[in-house]
Amino acid sequence: MEKSIEEINNRIKNGSARVVTAEEIPDIVAELGEEGTLKEVDVVTTGTFGAMCSSGAFFNFGHSEPPIRMERSWLNDVEAYSGIAAVDAYLGATQESETQGINYGGAHVFEDLISGKSIELRASSKGTDCYPRKTLTTELLLEDLNQAVMCNPRNSYQRYAAATNSTENTLHTYMGTLLPGYGNISYSGAGCLSPLINDPNLKMIGSGVPIFLCGSKGMIIGQGTQSSPGSLFANLMTTGDMKEMSTEFLRAASFRGYGVSLYVGLGVPIPVTDIEVVRNVAVRDEDIKTSVVDYGVPSRNRPEIIEVSYAELKSGIVEIKGEEVKTSSLSSFKKARQVANELKLWVEKGEMTLCLPTRKSDASVKVRPMRESKRTPSVREIMNTNVTCIKEEEEIKTAAKKLLRDETNHLPVINNEGKVVGIVTTYDISKAVVRETKQNKVSEIMSRNIVTTSPEEAVDIAAMKLERNNISALPVVDKDGHLQGLLNAIDLGKLFGRRWMK
Amino acid sequence: MKLLVNFSRKKGFEPLIAKTVMETGVLINVERAYIESMSGEVLIDVPDSEASKVCKKLREFGADVERLDNSVKRDENECIDCGECISICPQDVFYFDEEWSIQMRIERCVLCGKCTSACPHGALKLLQ
Repeated sequence: MEKSIEEINNRIKNGSARVVTAEEIPDIVAELGEEGTLKEVDVVTTGTFGAMCSSGAFFNFGHSEPPIRMERSWLNDVEAYSGIAAVDAYLGATQESETQGINYGGAHVFEDLISGKSIELRASSKGTDCYPRKTLTTELLLEDLNQAVMCNPRNSYQRYAAATNSTENTLHTYMGTLLPGYGNISYSGAGCLSPLINDPNLKMIGSGVPIFLCGSKGMIIGQGTQSSPGSLFANLMTTGDMKEMSTEFLRAASFRGYGVSLYVGLGVPIPVTDIEVVRNVAVRDEDIKTSVVDYGVPSRNRPEIIEVSYAELKSGIVEIKGEEVKTSSLSSFKKARQVANELKLWVEKGEMTLCLPTRKSDASVKVRPMRESKRTPSVREIMNTNVTCIKEEEEIKTAAKKLLRDETNHLPVINNEGKVVGIVTTYDISKAVVRETKQNKVSEIMSRNIVTTSPEEAVDIAAMKLERNNISALPVVDKDGHLQGLLNAIDLGKLFGRRWMK
Repeated sequence: MKLLVNFSRKKGFEPLIAKTVMETGVLINVERAYIESMSGEVLIDVPDSEASKVCKKLREFGADVERLDNSVKRDENECIDCGECISICPQDVFYFDEEWSIQMRIERCVLCGKCTSACPHGALKLLQ
């Protein structure tokens, strides 16, 4: 048996369509069977509510008198892109305020506009014969704009990798605060309610399909940027009219140490036309797997620590290396449910009819990494290999002599196996002298808590280590902890200087 | 019950908490302490039934004592019930109820403030 989309739309129009949410459907399939469900259920509504950084909106402000062709523009001090003719601009959700930093950004402008607050538009231009005006400042309400069209390049990922942190430091990421030593796991996504989880082959969710977007009746443009359905990380490009949106389903957020993001409520109604649709929407949290990856590794390819299901993530506790680790969700399951239920109401009341995608989506596409024509320099290329070091049992005086002789400030300390166990700086020695302590061995005054780098590490990462720890040199060690060289802030300065000169 | 005890060094270097334990016989759990050169602030936990006795004694020794009933405030208009606070809190103050709404066991809070900076929506504030 199959049902046509016309049949389903007729039922929606006469109010007899049976609509259920993606959370309710698995039990219905278990009870009625696949054929029974196909006969009984017409539409399954999905929903998600989470941080979707890759969002933004096009605005048209109307022409001023005399007219201006905005070259640069700011909304409440948040810069918008206005290289799209006279009085249009695109504001990205993550763009930060020039005066308030991460506490206010594009996302906050959207939330303020939708909640009825007035926004200051500031613009500048060189002035032309046809657009003579050079500067402009005005207060605007959402209703004053001709158009405010949300247009999000990358929304509603099928699933997300969950995040944890193996390092000794707290990390502040777009996945929230990650506590040291696998202290917590942060995850995102609504699991069984997520739109794309219920249509992994992209047969029902695609171009032209109507959606719930932040309370408005929006539409899917197509697959989003960086969509990767071939690796189960598909996403959607979406659009909707901001004037219909509600702050109930759109919220600005600031992630400490990271920046601004926008919480988007998004739901897709899926018409139940055949058995394949029934099978796909019957998915449960237990069936949805994702990896927990280590954000402590500053690389594109972060290592997977364990594989988990959304059911495990939602249980609040996941075991890592024999220890129970608490989980935190970044997206709101309560709000995701609200989205799916609101959408269900729309379809039940006949306010939204459905359609099939107007173009086929290729579900085998996989995202590729960037092709970099210039290799990022590694520590090996700029480290100083001619390094003097000292053994831990040697005298402080010997250390002082070595520092003076080599005109350096850092002396890595090695043990009898040649492993780096500490570092002695001119500062450590000055301290020992001033305090007139009875200490006379290097091991008594060295810093044992050393930050190191490796020859293979990218210089950008090494530079960040120096900055974060407020130090000026890093011992370079191999996998076994043997000293290979020393990376000095001065060497880094020279390198970056060259890079910026170009 | 949580009590926030403020004392000044001007009144000497008396072992305030220890004396209070000795004289009242109430076991006091010190949860946080900030000691500055001229003053200090200590967060203590005592059984509800003994709170007034402890307050009285601490005040006799010259300390300012404040009862903390709602140490962290959650702004329900800003909170979207995501749950980011749950794993951040060292005291397990936050949890989901069956409807996936955030609930709080406020009596466990030790005012560390970790949740307030971790909340992406600025929905959590420490009182004072």
